Amino acid sequence: MDTPQSTAAAPAGGAAPAVGGAEEAAPRTPAGAPADGPPGAEGTRRRRIPRWAVPAAAVVLLALLPFSTLPVPGVFEGPLNSPATLQLLATCLVFAGLATSYDLLYGRLGLLSFGHALYFASGAYFAALLMELLRLPLAAAAPLAVAGGTLLALLLGAVSLRVSGIALAMVTLAFAQAGSILVVRDPGRATGGEEGLSLEADLVPDALVGVFNTANLYWLAAAYAVLAAGAVWWLDSTPTGRVWRGIRANERRVAVLGLNPYPYKLAAFTVAGGLASLGGVAYLVVSGGVTPVVTTAEFTLTLLVMVALGGAGTRWGPVLGAVLYTYLDHRLLDVAASDGFERLPAAVQAPLSQPLFILGMLFVAMVYFFPGGLAALPARIGAAVARRRRRGPPPD
Amino acid sequence: MTEKPGAAAAAAEGGALPGEPLLRVRGLHVWIEGSHILQGVDLAVPASGVTALLGRNGVGKTTAVKAVLGLVPRTGEVLLEGRDITARPTHEITASGVGYVPEDRGVFNGLTVAENLRLAERPRGRPRYGLVHELFPELRKRAGQAAGTLSGGQQQMLAIGRALLNENRLLVVDEPTKGLAPRVVAEVADAVARAAAGVPVLLVEQNLALVRRVADEAVVLDAGRVVHTGPAAELLEDAERTRELLGVSRAHNAEEGEGR
Amino acid sequence: MSTVVLLLATGLGLGALYFLIASGLSLIFGLMDVLNFAHGAFLTVGGYAAWWASVHLPFAAGGGWGFLGAVAFGTAAGTAAAFLVELLAIRPLYGRHREQILVTVGLSLAVPALVQGIWGADPLTFPRPDIARGTVGVLGAAVPRDRLLLVAVAAAVLGGLLLFVRRTRYGLIVRAGVEDRAMVTALGIDVRKAFTLVFAIGGAAASLAGALGGLYFGVVTPTQGVSLLIFAFIVVVIGGTASITGCALASVAVAMIQQFANYYTVAGLGDIAVVAVLAAVLLTRQGGLTTRTAERVA
Ligand SMILES: Nc1ncnc2c1ncn2[C@@H]1O[C@H](COP(=O)(O)OP(=O)(O)OP(=O)(O)O)[C@@H](O)[C@H]1O
Ligand SMILES: [Mg+2]
Repeated sequence: MDTPQSTAAAPAGGAAPAVGGAEEAAPRTPAGAPADGPPGAEGTRRRRIPRWAVPAAAVVLLALLPFSTLPVPGVFEGPLNSPATLQLLATCLVFAGLATSYDLLYGRLGLLSFGHALYFASGAYFAALLMELLRLPLAAAAPLAVAGGTLLALLLGAVSLRVSGIALAMVTLAFAQAGSILVVRDPGRATGGEEGLSLEADLVPDALVGVFNTANLYWLAAAYAVLAAGAVWWLDSTPTGRVWRGIRANERRVAVLGLNPYPYKLAAFTVAGGLASLGGVAYLVVSGGVTPVVTTAEFTLTLLVMVALGGAGTRWGPVLGAVLYTYLDHRLLDVAASDGFERLPAAVQAPLSQPLFILGMLFVAMVYFFPGGLAALPARIGAAVARRRRRGPPPD
Repeated sequence: MTEKPGAAAAAAEGGALPGEPLLRVRGLHVWIEGSHILQGVDLAVPASGVTALLGRNGVGKTTAVKAVLGLVPRTGEVLLEGRDITARPTHEITASGVGYVPEDRGVFNGLTVAENLRLAERPRGRPRYGLVHELFPELRKRAGQAAGTLSGGQQQMLAIGRALLNENRLLVVDEPTKGLAPRVVAEVADAVARAAAGVPVLLVEQNLALVRRVADEAVVLDAGRVVHTGPAAELLEDAERTRELLGVSRAHNAEEGEGR
Repeated sequence: MSTVVLLLATGLGLGALYFLIASGLSLIFGLMDVLNFAHGAFLTVGGYAAWWASVHLPFAAGGGWGFLGAVAFGTAAGTAAAFLVELLAIRPLYGRHREQILVTVGLSLAVPALVQGIWGADPLTFPRPDIARGTVGVLGAAVPRDRLLLVAVAAAVLGGLLLFVRRTRYGLIVRAGVEDRAMVTALGIDVRKAFTLVFAIGGAAASLAGALGGLYFGVVTPTQGVSLLIFAFIVVVIGGTASITGCALASVAVAMIQQFANYYTVAGLGDIAVVAVLAAVLLTRQGGLTTRTAERVA
């Protein structure tokens, strides 16, 4: 018998959260190669590049991007620093941060929460309401809104986490639905119902208003994404992060070792909720308003799609997934609005006019053919190439 | 009850050669949640008689049995009458003639006794209700009772009866006497002995008295590996060796093992 | 008094809809551990197929028997959709519950989007047959006939499901499988066939709800399924997966709380009251769905 694994050891499974029901799982190889091992393992694998180099390069690249006039034909409409492109990139980055916060629950702890939209929407709506009702400037409304969203996550998390598994999914979904109903019903004509709320420009610093300042919005979004990703990555490397990984691998084993998983899960839930509400504020500023779309269950489901698309529980997966998803979501709409599109037969036009249809089907295909998501692709390709090599070069 | 349906079937299909074991397991590995539970188990169950699978608590006996039936993910090779069944799904393995009495009995609490038995009927099989009710008259009396309300002993009878309902090539029984009162143990032991007259049995058992009574061959597991194979009587005669392999004296064994 | 009767009737009608959706969800979840987000999509398919048939198919047009044709067509389409989804999307991922849930999530997003791409986002008026027009006097209240029709259909479905579960071999397999799937396979039974069957039955009930929901709401919209689905989830949690009767009772309870609270307090509060009840149930009840699923799917 192997020595019992300590919680500190990384789960043996791949990137996807452990799947229950070993009773009937089809015979599979027992331990898939981890798509993205713990930071330590990564460090030993590529000793030549320091661990911080890739993230640092990414941050520098992100920061410098608005100075580039590089045209990227086919990918973006204008040059990189055109307002339209920067606006799209800013939205992508907000969702990258938000998806990373969701992945903290889904990928790193294996918690199935279907209510993450609630905390994102809380940040956005609290801030917008504080500005609308109390005429607070953004600088004051933002921290209050984040505090409110975090507190809400703490309270609802404390209730929801009394149950786990599918029951947790259902309660979180139901809480979020209650929030969504509340927003749409427009109590006291405060939330604007289906119309939503728009940002009051006079309460926002001038640097964040107007088309000329899109670069500033972009930097704001980038700062949020870096903060969210940095926070999650850093937490993952702390002792708490190790317990989280232990919970994902086997919650009962953590409990047997004398640790109560509940406070650890609640901490993650609160941190994720807080990061999400910060993202809500960023979203409010970047898109100049908020609508009930971000409160819906579908919105949480799209977060799940982003994370799974990119690779749950991995470093770059949620970021990649969110950027790709958001980008496609926007670009597919542009394609549907383009000239040539109307000449397509109706049977092709109808499905293609709906980004959500294409993304949903793409996601389904992804679950089948690339289970680890985008982040697992390099490893899979590497393995395929290695297999090729072993078989020798193909005959001419 | 003296004919051997398993052997007859095998001969008819030309599957197993004479002398070839009914069930052969080679290099069986099982990982569960990162633990390497079976580390290359090799064993054989001959085409007649009772083969006892022994070992201390937690050495992997139940896991080995489940792995044979495909109930846990595993690697290695499982041959039934010479045919490789490793890739077959569980229901095909059992439907092809394997009766299984799991360690936790596996009766369906919400179903009645009659429904539990009816569920085990096979589409083209001839259910042997006569045999089952003769062995366990209690099951006929309590046909309409929910299995969840049966006593532990009655549940065990139901589990064994369910496995005997069909004519099988192999019977796999996991600790049938676990947690039962001595009188019920005797009854269950009788049933296992009766069953063994008709079909080869792979029996996991801690009760060495029962093993001594029914087992022909013994396979001992320790820490996920086979550490001893040989005639059961020979092993049990050697008290020293028994204690060394099973870690229990016979007196100690009367108590229920802990750790599950 | 007449208000109470009307609220009761409306609550029963809504409860009937919830039951049609939740019964399938609960069977699927109980047997397969799949939280089926695509269930709302079957509802959408049922509603739109019934609407489409009433417009395009001669046998399904008109207010009398034609309506029956439209509902039958809608239900058949939804059943076929569910059958295909199980066979092509769920079955290949057998034993991998997370992935199965993810696939149903993808479908739950894609199908309403597709419907919206074809027929637009605007509500489509649903044909109303003669028998569902007008009201019936019950204890002094004018109860809309469509409510009564819904309740009658749901009662029939309840009866049919009970017969299926109690009297057929597949029903026996389903009941056993809800308790312990692995043991069912260990008896030599291919549970996957039961999965497909249960999925198709669930899809049939959901698409029937979609077609009849068109009556209840007067229109069909691409997103109707989603909001109903969430309340159906709540019904499943409260009612548990152990019995179909429990599911029916929970459906009615949830709908009644919703109706009465919405009427006697502020509109919208009823929906939130249901969520509060759910939280209370989850936190006070030990066992049942909560603990079992925690072990199986955590
Ligand atoms: N689902 C599981 N998750 C984690 N560990 C498991 C699981 N199933 C079995 N094990 C471990 O595998 C080892 C072997 O278990 P198994 O049930 O096969 O033992 P056994 O020999 O049947 O013991 P006993 O005599 O007590 O029945 C034990 O250490 C057990 O803790
Ligand atoms: Mg055992």
